[in-house]
Amino acid sequence: MINIFNYIDRPSPIHRLTGATKLVCLLLWSFAAMLTYDTRMLTALPVLSFLMFYISRIKLKDVSFMLGFTAVFMVLNNVLVFAFSPQHGVELYGTRHVLFSLGGNYVVTKEQLFYHLNLVLKYLSTIPIVLLFVCTTNPSEFAASLNRIGVKYTVAYSVALALRYIPDIQREYHDISQAQQARGIEMSRKQSLSKRLKSASAILIPLILSSMDRIETISNAMELRGFGKNKRRTWYMGRKFSKLDILAMAFCALLLVISLSLNVINGSRFWNPFI
Amino acid sequence: MEPIIRFENFGFKYNAQQKPTLYDINLSIHKGEKVLIAGPSGCGKSTLAHCINGLIPSSYRGEMSGSLTIAGKETRDMGIFEISRHVGTVLQDSDSQFIGLTVAEDIAFALENDCVALPEMRERVAQAAKLVDISGHLGHAPNELSGGQKQRVALAGVMVDDVEVLLFDEPLANLDPATGKQAVELIDEIQKKTGAAVIIIEHRLEDVLHRHVDRVVLMGEGRIVADVSPDELLSSSLLRDSGIREPLYITALKYAGVEIKADMAPASLETIKLTEEQKEKVRAWFSSRPEAPAETDRPVLLEAKDISFAYDNGHQALKDVSLTVYEGELMAIAGTNGAGKSTFSKLVCGFERQQQGSLSFKGRDLMELSIKERADHIGYVMQNPNQMISKVMIYDEVALGLRTRGVTEEEIGPRVEEALKICGLWPFRNWPVSALSFGQKKRVTIASILVLKPEMIILDEPTAGQDYRHYTEIMEFLRELNSRGITVVMITHDMHLMLEYARRAVVFSGGRVIADASSAAILTDSEVIRKASLKETSLYPLALMCGIEDARSFVQRFIDYEREAVRK
Amino acid sequence: MKKSPVRTIVAIGIGAALFFVLGRFVAIPSPVPNTNISVQYGLLAFMAAIYGPVAGALIGLIGHALIDFSYGWGVWWSWVIASGVFGVIIGLVASKLQLADGIFGKADAVKFNVFQVVGHIVAWALVAPVLDIVIYSEPANKVFVQGLVGGVANLVTTAIVGTLLCVAYAAAKPKKGSLKEEE
Repeated sequence: MINIFNYIDRPSPIHRLTGATKLVCLLLWSFAAMLTYDTRMLTALPVLSFLMFYISRIKLKDVSFMLGFTAVFMVLNNVLVFAFSPQHGVELYGTRHVLFSLGGNYVVTKEQLFYHLNLVLKYLSTIPIVLLFVCTTNPSEFAASLNRIGVKYTVAYSVALALRYIPDIQREYHDISQAQQARGIEMSRKQSLSKRLKSASAILIPLILSSMDRIETISNAMELRGFGKNKRRTWYMGRKFSKLDILAMAFCALLLVISLSLNVINGSRFWNPFI
Repeated sequence: MEPIIRFENFGFKYNAQQKPTLYDINLSIHKGEKVLIAGPSGCGKSTLAHCINGLIPSSYRGEMSGSLTIAGKETRDMGIFEISRHVGTVLQDSDSQFIGLTVAEDIAFALENDCVALPEMRERVAQAAKLVDISGHLGHAPNELSGGQKQRVALAGVMVDDVEVLLFDEPLANLDPATGKQAVELIDEIQKKTGAAVIIIEHRLEDVLHRHVDRVVLMGEGRIVADVSPDELLSSSLLRDSGIREPLYITALKYAGVEIKADMAPASLETIKLTEEQKEKVRAWFSSRPEAPAETDRPVLLEAKDISFAYDNGHQALKDVSLTVYEGELMAIAGTNGAGKSTFSKLVCGFERQQQGSLSFKGRDLMELSIKERADHIGYVMQNPNQMISKVMIYDEVALGLRTRGVTEEEIGPRVEEALKICGLWPFRNWPVSALSFGQKKRVTIASILVLKPEMIILDEPTAGQDYRHYTEIMEFLRELNSRGITVVMITHDMHLMLEYARRAVVFSGGRVIADASSAAILTDSEVIRKASLKETSLYPLALMCGIEDARSFVQRFIDYEREAVRK
Repeated sequence: MKKSPVRTIVAIGIGAALFFVLGRFVAIPSPVPNTNISVQYGLLAFMAAIYGPVAGALIGLIGHALIDFSYGWGVWWSWVIASGVFGVIIGLVASKLQLADGIFGKADAVKFNVFQVVGHIVAWALVAPVLDIVIYSEPANKVFVQGLVGGVANLVTTAIVGTLLCVAYAAAKPKKGSLKEEE
């Protein structure tokens, strides 16, 4: 059973921030990284995020499993981009400095390599901070945080319910699939695709139909304990903002402002060293 | 004093149904009273509970007639939130009732919805947790708790509000015997501390009567059949007539020819008064019964030798387990959650592979066989049939295992027919599975396993959540299968089931086998009982009370007598 | 039966949990090596067809975001939003069906599939690639081909898994009928 939020409880200033703060920071930071292609900014953000990692006392080995996925994803995406559009950099930057040719349309240019560098930097700007969020936020605080930043509490609570029941459903899936395997249900490559999907249904149907029954019981249990009674609700895991929280949010807001300003100053989202 | 709950000529009919579910209910419950509502499945007791906690009419629509008041107010004018201020409900399914990510959050749930401020909330959560003795686990997630602990959390979750009525919907259904006993004691304690009215809906009468109950309301077919003290109830024939199991010691006394009277205080073994003459009757019955016949030697079917197994997360689930199943047996594997009994069955079916030790079936090493190949010899039936059924029509569901094995339709036809006939489902062969009752669905899953012609079937908690009638139905069916030569292994913590149907039981505890003996021997062995969270059968103290030293033989003869004489 | 707002909230939570488990752990090998088929869209279509567009949108958004979080590759917002959009579109079919009452005939299956096809086309051939271009400045031909391939695969799984789920759910609803025991 994996812990999907991979929450690692260690004493650090980042852990002490409220969940709401971390969520706001995550959003501000992601937008700052998403909106610009300014290479200087995209270099600064990874450096900053590695610093945050250091402060948070989360070790590389704590997240190596997740980094593995990311690395594969990043390489694959870069290969795809080059395969489909080897001249994308030329189009974006408007100049063409040929380095060498791989034959046909596959001419490697400085612009293309620079674009790929930016793409990689973009990953490095966003991914560490998502990992950091996942590792330092107590899942119990998550719903309260969503509510805090303006999401309706009913919707915030459905996120909490999802987190609550994922382990149960995962276990149930496992049990059902074993019992069905004994009856000869297989999903391996040996079978045709439509057979595989039908086999999957033999496991999914009992899983999903019994979950539908569960919806009724859970909503009864919630109503019996007053869920939905008032326009708002309090949270056992809610916390008040401290100075550190305000500071963190202000800092991330500043990053977003810088990112937006750079776009204005550069006249586009790209910082172009070729002109 | 004004009753807290008062039904007057009350009736209820669900919109989706043609006939009413409740008729002419007249019932008053006062503060501080403890009432047990009992009755077979479908008698309307759950509907009555829904009326009391407000799910009717809030979640389930229908027509009410007559009057139902809570704290002097008609419930039809109240709404579920107002009712829940007076009535706290602990549901049967403690996993669904556990909504929070941790114990503390779950206990706080009602307070959060009432917008209670944080400092007060923490204090009230701490108090409620202390009341049910769960304070040490406030940060735990539900999957780190046992069934009994989850129920405590559920109770704390309704105790945080000062409710006047505590309603328990089948509180014992998912608990092992020892934990069930503790739950009954806890409910009693809480009631004494708070003075709330307690309503327990349960068909396991003997277990609830472990502690004092003021009244038992017996229901049948939507009506109240009796509303009497436990002593009066046990001295009447009402229980037999309505398909509720009477306590075993009462049955034993009746077999011995003792007439049960209310003034004997028969509600509990602790209070019952037996005259010397009555005790003599029991002793006479004991000596008149023949000794249990010796078990005949049977060939070995499944043999596990020194099995050890640890899950990926490092949890050592089994340690040096050796166990033999003989051909044609009907035996039980017992133990608490996490004792290793489910893991053992997973290894036998091939869902997991042991790291050490060997498993052989009819002398053949099981390691050579895949999950699918093992299933041709050993069938596995899950506890909840809804988790196995994936087809709309009964015929297709039963045929599934044959179709995946590439058997031709011409051959499938007669084999499905045979399996359906054995399971008594032939008249329903063209029905959708959804039209069947729970017990019938269970039979469908058994038929879908039998169709593969296994020599042995393993059933996980075959009777969980069933009332006495359905329990007997399922078990008699399994016995019949057994008499056709199929070896039956049941994984269970139901003691009645062990005692009455399994001649032999193997008990797991902490990943080891701690006992392998006759069920009667196990359920009279206090050391094993304690370790495996079982409960001693009430026949045992009865025997001692009557001066029978060989209590184990008394238990064995009682079971044998039931099997021979009564079942026919 | 009346549907309380609380029931919809719970359906969203359980739906998102199912979406997560199916998307994260149910590996059905696809014809392309090293890739798996996403059965979760069959589930999403089925849930949205019962609980409507709002539930559909939220199950898609929450479920998909949780999957991205758990892999740690950053939340790929363009695709998360596309899942939400698919949930909304297929959810619009809910008012045209009576699935919650256990009714799902041939005509209903056609309606269901028309909506799911439209939903997948809009989500994967329009929303996801356009957002990829806007947010990440990726090359247009790459993202459209990616979207198309993903969209077609999701469309096929939804057609099979989603439809089967609807049929099974409708059949499992108890109905008053003319069932007779046979000799």
